[in-house]
Amino acid sequence: MSKSYGRRRAGEVSDPLIIAGSVLRSRLLLGSGGFHHLDRFEAALAASGADLVTVALRRVEHAPGGLYEAIQRGGARVLPNTAGCYTAREAVHTAHLARAAFETDWLKLEVIGDRRTLLPDAVELLRAARELVAEGFVVLPYTTDDPVLARRLEEAGCAAVMPLGSPIGSGLGIRNPHGIALCREAVTVPLILDAGIGTASDAALAMELGCDAVLAATAISRARDPEAMARALRQAVEAGRTASLAGRIPRLHHAQASTADAGLAGIAGP
Amino acid sequence: MRLLVNGTERQLPAGSTVRDAVAATGADPDERGVAVALDDAVVPRSAWAQTALYEAARVEVLRATAGG
Repeated sequence: MSKSYGRRRAGEVSDPLIIAGSVLRSRLLLGSGGFHHLDRFEAALAASGADLVTVALRRVEHAPGGLYEAIQRGGARVLPNTAGCYTAREAVHTAHLARAAFETDWLKLEVIGDRRTLLPDAVELLRAARELVAEGFVVLPYTTDDPVLARRLEEAGCAAVMPLGSPIGSGLGIRNPHGIALCREAVTVPLILDAGIGTASDAALAMELGCDAVLAATAISRARDPEAMARALRQAVEAGRTASLAGRIPRLHHAQASTADAGLAGIAGP
Repeated sequence: MRLLVNGTERQLPAGSTVRDAVAATGADPDERGVAVALDDAVVPRSAWAQTALYEAARVEVLRATAGG
């Protein structure tokens, strides 16, 4: 379904998300993590409007099957991830497997540095990004909210940069909005808020901070009603994007009357 | 011959190929979205039926699961 942000010419989506030359209709990316029932996933996918859905690769005995087909039935594309990789070497190997399995060069690159927080390992991440870009992958790295690292990843040739709002699955929202705003200033490639979204207002904030898109998995899959939360996040992303383009008013210390004083009705003294 | 398929020891007849190893896991070798590594080297689907297995080979057979 097309959106109608800003000015548009007939028959044209005026504000598409473009990653590596590909036009995406939705600025909400769906992570399939946390879904245990295909029918619930499919309902959430439809409600989210997402064009891109992340998946992981696991041994077939641990992967029930049907997810890849469900994503294609839903009209979306698969964005394989390297979840569970702790070194550049593991991530590159997983990327090769993902390319063979899904016939796509697109990759959500994750190189984790710590099991408790699941925070990215900046050194290994940058190393893997450089290697995979050189091999022709379209690399979307999951990273910290560090503007310097974001710039390094863009310089390495990444197609987008995906800073976290807070730790994966935590639902803590965007703990450092200033860091996300600085990441926005640091790169020209699409900036996608990844990890930490808890509810709709978090997604709207991400867009208001200048992110080009939001990726949500747990916020949807573990909500009491995943389909409704998918719809809410889609609406929040659209609202946040529109607000970002509309330009918010400056924050003031004191009140500024929105009603003119001039012409107030006269009344006899106290 | 003895192989390690997805971490489990399996006996496959001599002359078996990567495609046979995929079938041994219970996966349909014609299912899309499946990847195979033979001793850490990715084997493209187009080569499964021609790639011979060997004693003590390590085979990984993977597919999409919920993640990310």
